[in-house]
Amino acid sequence: MNANPTLPSEAAEAALDQELKGLIADVLGLDPAQAAAFGPDSGLFGHLPELDSMAVAGLLTEMEDRLGIVIEDDDVDGEMLETYGGLLAFARAKLAGG
Amino acid sequence: MIASWTITRADDAAGEELLVAFDQARPVRVLVCPAWFDEANKLRRFTVEVMRRLDKAGIDSFLPDLPGCNDSLAPLDTQTLGSWREAMSAAAQAFGATHVLTVRAGALLAPAHLPGWHYAAQSGPKTLRGMIRARTIAAREAGREEKAEALLALGRSEGLVLGGWSLGAGMIRELEHAEPELAEGQSEIAQSALGGPGLWLRAEPDEDPRQSEALAAIIAGSVA
Repeated sequence: MNANPTLPSEAAEAALDQELKGLIADVLGLDPAQAAAFGPDSGLFGHLPELDSMAVAGLLTEMEDRLGIVIEDDDVDGEMLETYGGLLAFARAKLAGG
Repeated sequence: MIASWTITRADDAAGEELLVAFDQARPVRVLVCPAWFDEANKLRRFTVEVMRRLDKAGIDSFLPDLPGCNDSLAPLDTQTLGSWREAMSAAAQAFGATHVLTVRAGALLAPAHLPGWHYAAQSGPKTLRGMIRARTIAAREAGREEKAEALLALGRSEGLVLGGWSLGAGMIRELEHAEPELAEGQSEIAQSALGGPGLWLRAEPDEDPRQSEALAAIIAGSVA
């Protein structure tokens, strides 16, 4: 992997998108096709009945493990969890900022 | 299939605990150290499905409750990592176990004298982190603000209720430093070897016959 994390290429962006969708499908037991169809405005917390606080905790822990990031209490807010686009932007920022 | 056994502990306290057993006095007898807390619920059916397949493959297996969990009469908040390890060692002796299979954080309890397998082992710090996170998120939903670091400090001194489980201060202090260790003859089975996502991740308890089959096949294959 020669990708420079400070300059995310389209390939890296697509890989992150795919990883995050796969992760959500795993955690919520969704059909991978349903997760693959997520767009930036697809609703998550408050929209998917499977996503309660325990599942959010599982989702964040799994994101830490698979993406190699650390998520602090203060990082977690409604905006980040409300839509798929919000979660993707959060993951991207965490990966860029360490 | 449902049986009971009596733990005799070093402090002379004895307690009757339930277990699921497939026991036909066969040569290979596997003690199963279960997953913990919420993960125990999510992985219960998977665990017993693995045991059913081991039974068909001619292998005995034993799944004791952890003291303080499920139908146990023992209080949970006085349990420690040490008392659970003692219970699993006592179980190994009582059932004449020849091997141990641990599930997730169950790896922290594996009797070191038994060969066997750690399936998707989970550390103490990660177990705690996930449970504390669930509590802070639930608090936020309820309009209260709780900080993970403050909760942990409280837990170390007074104990903590996490996800409905009352953990004593001793248990929390031990979990902060507990890492699974592979003793001689024990090997790790990673989730990727089962060909699907871990069932503990699911928001609801679920099952996956292919994964149960895969884990049972790995175990049956390595004792054949």
